[in-house]
Amino acid sequence: MKQVLRLENISKTYQAKNGEIEALKNINFSVEEGEFVSIIGPSGCGKSTLLSIIAGLEEKSEGKIYIDEIEAEDVSSKIGYMLQKDSLLEWRTIYNNVIFGLEITHRKTKENEEYVRELLKKYNLYEFKDKYPTQLSGGMRQRVALIRTLAIRPEILLLDEAFSALDYQTRIMVTKDIYNILKNENITAIMVTHDISEAISMSDRVVVLTKRPATVKKIEKIDFEMENRNPMNARKSPKFSKYFDSLWKELDVDAKEK
Amino acid sequence: MQKKSDSLERKKYLNKIKLTKVSIIITQITIVIAFIILWEVLANKGVIDSFITSQPSRMLKTFMNLSKNGLLEHLGVTCYETIVGFLSGTMIGIIIAIILWWSKFLSKVAEPFLVVLNSLPKIALGPVIIIWVGAGTSAIIVMALAISLIVTILEILNGFLNTEEEKIKMARTFNANKLQILTKIVIPANISTFINSLKVNIGLSLVGVISGEFLVSKAGLRILNSIWRPGVSTRLSNGKCSNTSSSCSINVRSRRPTRKINIKNQKIWII
Repeated sequence: MKQVLRLENISKTYQAKNGEIEALKNINFSVEEGEFVSIIGPSGCGKSTLLSIIAGLEEKSEGKIYIDEIEAEDVSSKIGYMLQKDSLLEWRTIYNNVIFGLEITHRKTKENEEYVRELLKKYNLYEFKDKYPTQLSGGMRQRVALIRTLAIRPEILLLDEAFSALDYQTRIMVTKDIYNILKNENITAIMVTHDISEAISMSDRVVVLTKRPATVKKIEKIDFEMENRNPMNARKSPKFSKYFDSLWKELDVDAKEK
Repeated sequence: MQKKSDSLERKKYLNKIKLTKVSIIITQITIVIAFIILWEVLANKGVIDSFITSQPSRMLKTFMNLSKNGLLEHLGVTCYETIVGFLSGTMIGIIIAIILWWSKFLSKVAEPFLVVLNSLPKIALGPVIIIWVGAGTSAIIVMALAISLIVTILEILNGFLNTEEEKIKMARTFNANKLQILTKIVIPANISTFINSLKVNIGLSLVGVISGEFLVSKAGLRILNSIWRPGVSTRLSNGKCSNTSSSCSINVRSRRPTRKINIKNQKIWII
């Protein structure tokens, strides 16, 4: 399989008036095309920082990032980024929200708008296209945010705790929807989450980070050996709890409390 | 889709909204009318001293009197000055706020100056403004501007800086540049800030214009203001009024101040 993203010795040190904070230290891993990789780690370990660095929103102190074997410097047009908050603009209709990225990147062509309409139809949002974000439920808003990101046709999608603002039921439904959307469109995804079961249910691999300064502690391959896998039936698999236990141990939550 | 036929419940809902709107307006009008009636009645009964508070019927009489003598013209002048002061204050304020939002450095530099300028008693600057821009409409507009500008800058800049960080980050994930962030996120997100500052500004501009007219007006509501004073208005029928609180005497027949405009007298006015 083709490697779409590679991180080499990524380090990040924050400068503050009262000293330096070492957030990330020598992070190395790579992601293959169409793969779903989750990053978990103790809270405050710099997971989101790592994602921001991959997206090009934050500067790294050291190391290199390769996207399709080309070193990435700035915000890459191949990367889509989904944040915890949907950040829909309440003064725009759903449709105008969805084409926001196209507008910013000057790619609002007939063809792309057609693609957006297709996505809206496919994911049951087309009839709401003239409504405003406040008229939609949390789960729908998150799907709108996803389509906004997909509209620019990213090769790699970064999800930063993208579902943690949703209530539990909506979250299960939305993760299932989004998992299917990503697999349908064959998009590579990297998700940061604090939820171990969410990571297991969606990912092909899970990267476990240590506490600060974060390094890669373990990369766990998740394979349920089933056809038509989705987050719902993955949760029912007998292997699910096995993975959960193993990752729980890796996270070392108990040790920290002692 | 929902347009096909409104359900009974929806009709009820829409009616309820309409009803609320209408009853708000009716209540507002009732309050005004009740206030005027109460005022009139209390003044007639002698509960309140109409020499000090005047009363609606007398105000109406005076209004009619003054209308014959160019009240509307003066009203027009004041409105014109207010609108010009208000619009230019808002526009310049928004432009400066944008510049300060754009450059963090500039806004840090400007901060203490803005605070000092804001706390300055602008009305006290009146005489100086007259010397700078001349005694005329321009001085009045500058006065209106001086009063409203700094507040506008502070309020709008504050709104800009409080734009949701997450929304800006979202735009940045699409590699938006600063101009795009300004026009597509920050400005539309601050429409309510603009409206708020417009509301405050129209009042401030009027204060600026009236205090400007105190100093230099040849026309405008302020000219009539001295006649409106209840203590003075009783003497209207004499055809002449002398305003004891200042060095100005007004010939009511010609509705023109006979005072000489000189800076020394202006000072007496404002103190």
